Amino acid sequence: MSHVSLFKRSPWILHYDGSSCNGCDIEVLACLTPLYDVERLGVVNTGNPKHADILLVTGSVNERNIEIIQNLHRQMPDPKVVVAVGACACSGGIFARAYNIQGGIDHVIPVDVYVPGCAARPESIIDGVVQGIAALELKHKRSA
Amino acid sequence: MKRTVVPMGPQHPVLPEPIVLDLVLEDEKVVDAIPTIGYIHRGLEMMVERVEFTEFGYVVERICGICSFMHGMGYAVAMEKIMAVEVPERASWLRLIWAEMSRIHSHLLWLGLGADAFGFENLFMHCWRTREEVLDIFEKTTGGRIIFSVNRIGGVRRDISDSELVAIVEKLQQLGAGFAETARIFETDPSIRHRLGGVGILTREDAHAVDAVGPMARASGIPLDTRLTGTYLYDHLDFEPVLETAGDCLARVVVRVREISQSIDLIRQAVQRMPKGEGAPIETKVRGLPTGETFERLEQPRGEVIYYIKANGTKYLERFRARTPTFANIPAMIKLVKGCDLADVPNIIMTIDPCISCTER
Ligand code: SF4
Repeated sequence: MSHVSLFKRSPWILHYDGSSCNGCDIEVLACLTPLYDVERLGVVNTGNPKHADILLVTGSVNERNIEIIQNLHRQMPDPKVVVAVGACACSGGIFARAYNIQGGIDHVIPVDVYVPGCAARPESIIDGVVQGIAALELKHKRSA
Repeated sequence: MKRTVVPMGPQHPVLPEPIVLDLVLEDEKVVDAIPTIGYIHRGLEMMVERVEFTEFGYVVERICGICSFMHGMGYAVAMEKIMAVEVPERASWLRLIWAEMSRIHSHLLWLGLGADAFGFENLFMHCWRTREEVLDIFEKTTGGRIIFSVNRIGGVRRDISDSELVAIVEKLQQLGAGFAETARIFETDPSIRHRLGGVGILTREDAHAVDAVGPMARASGIPLDTRLTGTYLYDHLDFEPVLETAGDCLARVVVRVREISQSIDLIRQAVQRMPKGEGAPIETKVRGLPTGETFERLEQPRGEVIYYIKANGTKYLERFRARTPTFANIPAMIKLVKGCDLADVPNIIMTIDPCISCTER
């Protein structure tokens, strides 16, 4: 629970589905719902990159979404944190050998936290977000 | 009149998955919708050239994380057909039970997302809370919540004990009773009626013309359901497809709400009908390499899926092809979006229950 003392603000999350199979997406959504309820940590899911502190990406990078991911990342205000959720987002996962997959999210933008699993479990996603919050605090401190 | 083009997507609050629709507007009316796809394309079908057929089942399961079990099942059944493998009866029944549970979880998931799209967040939470109970059963019986790789060419990997099966039926019936209140709200709440009733009407003729499948067709009064063809032991069960005739967004919601209780009932019947006896074989050993080709059809939560597999006697299949239900429903969606109000677009898109990751693979 040591991370909890680090909470100075409530981080807003932007979720983007790269080329995921939906498995990790629905687990991300499951985090918002009553059983896991990340809102208790002050985390709010937003659809607007300009409001977001943490970019949560599921799925890997392909020819087409490379630009979208860069775009979303650029539009987020500094400091920002990227959390890659699932094997696909970390490295391409099972699809690493598919012709249209270029690799994990770190192929295009810097990633701060990697959450493993196929599909990543809600517990590990929440853990990833909490570590993301810690990384965010650190960046805030550095930029202050 | 002057036309405006509003791009929607790929990242949009109501869209859980990326797709782009360029909406051409005249005032508030949508006159045209031009879809752009490719954001989730991975090249899954071509992976047959690089992944051996024994392991390709894991890839097929990841066509889509929501109907993951059913994709795995379709692949296994198709390969069993090609290799002429006799599957133990108990394994087939277990598959049917897991498949119907997948339908319950998928419909609950969709009802939640749909409720969120029309601004009823409370209902979203209720549906997803109920869904977690189904996922608990999955986790207990297979070890996974979303992707469980329990299918294997020749049968299934895990058995469920007879007492556990009875407990599952009981649990699902409780879930159904608890969900009744939420279901009543979906069917009768005046604000939902107001928002969805009469919106995006797909007539029976149109549904035929654009070849809609699954709940989309059934909400327009077409009794189209591959479970009716009697494959996968469904001919041993009492089964009537859920039909609605209005063809509007509300009808599509109601069909899915009713299919949840129907699936619970199918599981109850299956547990009664299946041969008792733990320890009965659940898997046939498969030897050799496959040669030949086959088609396989299956009723997924979103409608009919068709697989085509061609094997050439090597470790690698020659061709794997999946025609997924959302692909079949996209023409219907485009048809409905034309002529509607801009504010109704999210609801219409959501009520076809789009699964883009299936469509693009
Ligand atoms: S990591 Fe697995 S579950 Fe997650 S998106 Fe990739 S294939 Fe799907």
